[in-house]
Amino acid sequence: MVEVHLWSGLKRLTDGEITVAVEAATVGEMLDALTRAHPGLAPVIEVGVSAAIDGEIVNGRHVAIPPGAEVFLLQRLKGG
Amino acid sequence: MSKIHVTATVNGDSVEFLADPRETLLDALRDHLGLIGSKEGCGTGDCGACSVLLDGRLVSACLVLGVEAEGHEIETIEGMAGPDGTLHPLQRKFIEHAALQCGFCTPGFLVASKALLAKTPDPTEEEVRYWLAGNLCRCTGYDKIIRAVMDAAAEMRGAA
Amino acid sequence: MAKDEMNPAFKLIGTRVLRPDGLDKVTGRARYGADFAAPGMLFGAAVRSPHAHARIKRIDATRALALDGVKAVVTRADFPTGLTGEDWNLQENCMAGDVALYDGHAVAAVAATSALLAQDAAKLIEVEYEPLPHVTDVDDAIKPDAPAIRPGAADHSVPDGMPPNVVRYFEFGHGDLDAGFAEADIVRAQTYRTEATHQGYIEPQACVGQLGADGKGEMWVTTQGQWYVRWMCAAVLGLETAQLRVTPSEIGGGFGGKTTVFIEPLSLALSRKAGGKPVKLVMSRSDVLRATGPTASASMDVKIGMKADGTMTAGRAEFRMQGGAFPGSPLNEALECAFAAYKLPAVEHIGHEVLANRPKAAAYRAPGAPMAAFAVESLVDEIARELGLDPIAVRLKNAVREGDRSSYGPRYKSIGLVETLEAAKAHANYAAPLGPNQGRGVATGYWFNHNGDTSVSMAIAEDGTAQVSVGTPDIGGSRASLGLMVAETLGIPYEHVRVNVVETGALGINEPSHGSRATFASGKAAVIATEQAIAEMCRRAAAEWGIEPEAVDWVEGAAQPAGPNAGKFPPMKIAEIAGQMSSTGGPIAGHYEGLPEGVGASFGTHVVDVEVDPETGRTTILRYLVVQDAGRAIHPAYVEGQFQGGAAQGIGWALNEAYIYGEDGRLQNAGFLDYRIPVACDLPMIDTVIVEVPNPGHPYGVRGVGETGITPPLPAVANAIAAATGARLRRLPMNPPAVLAAIKAVRGG
Repeated sequence: MVEVHLWSGLKRLTDGEITVAVEAATVGEMLDALTRAHPGLAPVIEVGVSAAIDGEIVNGRHVAIPPGAEVFLLQRLKGG
Repeated sequence: MSKIHVTATVNGDSVEFLADPRETLLDALRDHLGLIGSKEGCGTGDCGACSVLLDGRLVSACLVLGVEAEGHEIETIEGMAGPDGTLHPLQRKFIEHAALQCGFCTPGFLVASKALLAKTPDPTEEEVRYWLAGNLCRCTGYDKIIRAVMDAAAEMRGAA
Repeated sequence: MAKDEMNPAFKLIGTRVLRPDGLDKVTGRARYGADFAAPGMLFGAAVRSPHAHARIKRIDATRALALDGVKAVVTRADFPTGLTGEDWNLQENCMAGDVALYDGHAVAAVAATSALLAQDAAKLIEVEYEPLPHVTDVDDAIKPDAPAIRPGAADHSVPDGMPPNVVRYFEFGHGDLDAGFAEADIVRAQTYRTEATHQGYIEPQACVGQLGADGKGEMWVTTQGQWYVRWMCAAVLGLETAQLRVTPSEIGGGFGGKTTVFIEPLSLALSRKAGGKPVKLVMSRSDVLRATGPTASASMDVKIGMKADGTMTAGRAEFRMQGGAFPGSPLNEALECAFAAYKLPAVEHIGHEVLANRPKAAAYRAPGAPMAAFAVESLVDEIARELGLDPIAVRLKNAVREGDRSSYGPRYKSIGLVETLEAAKAHANYAAPLGPNQGRGVATGYWFNHNGDTSVSMAIAEDGTAQVSVGTPDIGGSRASLGLMVAETLGIPYEHVRVNVVETGALGINEPSHGSRATFASGKAAVIATEQAIAEMCRRAAAEWGIEPEAVDWVEGAAQPAGPNAGKFPPMKIAEIAGQMSSTGGPIAGHYEGLPEGVGASFGTHVVDVEVDPETGRTTILRYLVVQDAGRAIHPAYVEGQFQGGAAQGIGWALNEAYIYGEDGRLQNAGFLDYRIPVACDLPMIDTVIVEVPNPGHPYGVRGVGETGITPPLPAVANAIAAATGARLRRLPMNPPAVLAAIKAVRGG
């Protein structure tokens, strides 16, 4: 299981949960599992999100999530 | 509108072109003579990217009409290095001091700096900053440009 | 590679070699966007709305088309329909549909045989408008009774019942906020406002576009990202993306403003309508200011709790931002950077994105972070002053370190905030004596940095020199930095490497040079590609020697047996291997396609001394110090250049630059005379200290340095003015009238 920390504004879409536990070995599996658990998250994930795995911000769906990793969902960042 | 035949001297060469009376000297240099080194950053004389020398006087080419060049001598960035390509000390010092990033404002700064050093061979930092206040640079914060001009001035005086 | 494995004994990394584009740039030979010409080329001009908000009732181009030499006119009717999401936003911003949404919004464009003729023709295109109520200020736009700009534009994040122009809502945080504030000895809350500013690149947008009836197109353009131009033009015009080939010119500054499209799709649409003739479009400065860029304007409430010893116990930020008539302001970046420097047990962030009748905001250097820093770093300074604490000491007490949880959630990997604060404290500027009416200000800043889609290829030439093809346009000296990294890795002179920024047909997709990523991402990719070529050269040598490739090492530009057991052969130099490549297996090359992991964030600390004239309110910058963590400076002069350039832009934003809209909703200062960016005599020399806390995620420790530097100047200057005058300015710009009014208010006069 991976515990995914959401940003608190998403609570509205997850029945008040701020941390969601899902079965996932990669970022893509995690995002798909989040959408299954809480369909309200689908548009958020579609727009584009980044995941921080143990402090590293990653964008690839196939990036592995090591067991016990700390995972945060973040809005996708832009740069100038 | 019919065009006007203009004869001028640009970087020592005699040139002729046909100018629409509404065209600027900058348009003439860039579009009729293929001298694209002078840049248009504003078209209103505020940015200095089109700085050229007209009979030795520093002007914004975007504020001079092309037809006004008739019979005059113009010097642009393309005429700054020697005929064999030897760089002017200012050009060399700009590269050595990393005094350019995007480089778009660089021709204007070089032409304006040359005009300064012709008048004032030993300028203070403040004199350089005020003289170049008509040339905008958005990349460098001016620090390395000022250093390059001061260093080139010292070299040209034989003090380096 | 771990930090301690990195070899500090570099031959080239960290040296100040001459930039490869220097000669072309000092002689006027370098070709920028407006310097391209194609045979048979036409010239275009755009018609732009003079209204802030108006229904377009009729467009009649009859008189324009009747002029001899006018070849085509396009309006929104010439663009495909049915686009959604960001594609629709791009299309709508490039060319208005039913409604012009801001002063300067393009409504039509014309192509003719000369630039003057195109401008004449544009004036003859008749547009009938029905003006609509408008709103340009962020605090007005969020009012419940504000004119609704785009009903239905709000996304899924906006709860029911929000005012009509709120299109995005965002909240995040952690910890017990009430408990945090209760624990504090002092709690202060203030509201801060920043006005929109423009990137202010000196080179206006320019392009030459050509599009045939077969759907194949070409474009020459000044841009930070040729692949972004390609997909955006393809999306806006309904083209197949790979049929469009985009070649970047030299770029005359971008700062984020050239990561999107404005006139580029118009030139292609005009070209298609004019039978496939190339069409050149160049923006005027006034068009650049009215219709491209700018950044968002912001209105920000910040609340901070602090113990008497300087320990911060809680922070709260509620920001409102307008990014024009379209979603896309850097709201979440602003909030995520707001408290990034501080270790806070409890923190809450709330954001409202609001539409207003202004141009669509584009990215600008560390998008969102400067505004957030202005609010938070100003309030930290106010509280520190009230408690009589040293500003650097307060920041050191609360500074985040590796492993700490960030204000936006994840834990930090290797970071160098403390190192920048210590270096600032130790610098002579921090102890320089101050005279009357002078004051010192300190602030920190943060930027995440970014990796992004990256493709690089490199190849060895027949004589053992090397070429590198990258997709990230060179805006700050990246060709020199990339050349240094490849030469260092190959063990050959820097002069033997040529780095080319290539067109879209030459590589897989690349994100633009944005997010401080060029030297990090293209650099890491180039090193990986180079290592592949080295492995191949080792294989060629091994085959020649009849030993295993694993028994060959690459040392100082040559293959050599790994040890005595591998055999006794003299080193085989790169030129020798390259000279024989056609007979030993063909071309030798390497490539990388991917998202380079291992981005390193960059913190900075700035210290500024100002003198304020009490009679006029004019602020003079006396000294300026930038201290920033570069990870490792590949080319120190270009790192300093990024620090100094960022600081200058931030000083301009602090003191003078601002978008000024009139009651009529029109931009009042659309020129460099009235939108006044800092000039040489406004600034002193800008001192720099490069802190190097190597990024373990990059082969040479690079973090990326482009953006952080614009972040601290806004609050640092405000803090210095407060120190000099006792007057606290919470709204930008702090121009002479604003400072004078603040001084008078403090003095009760």
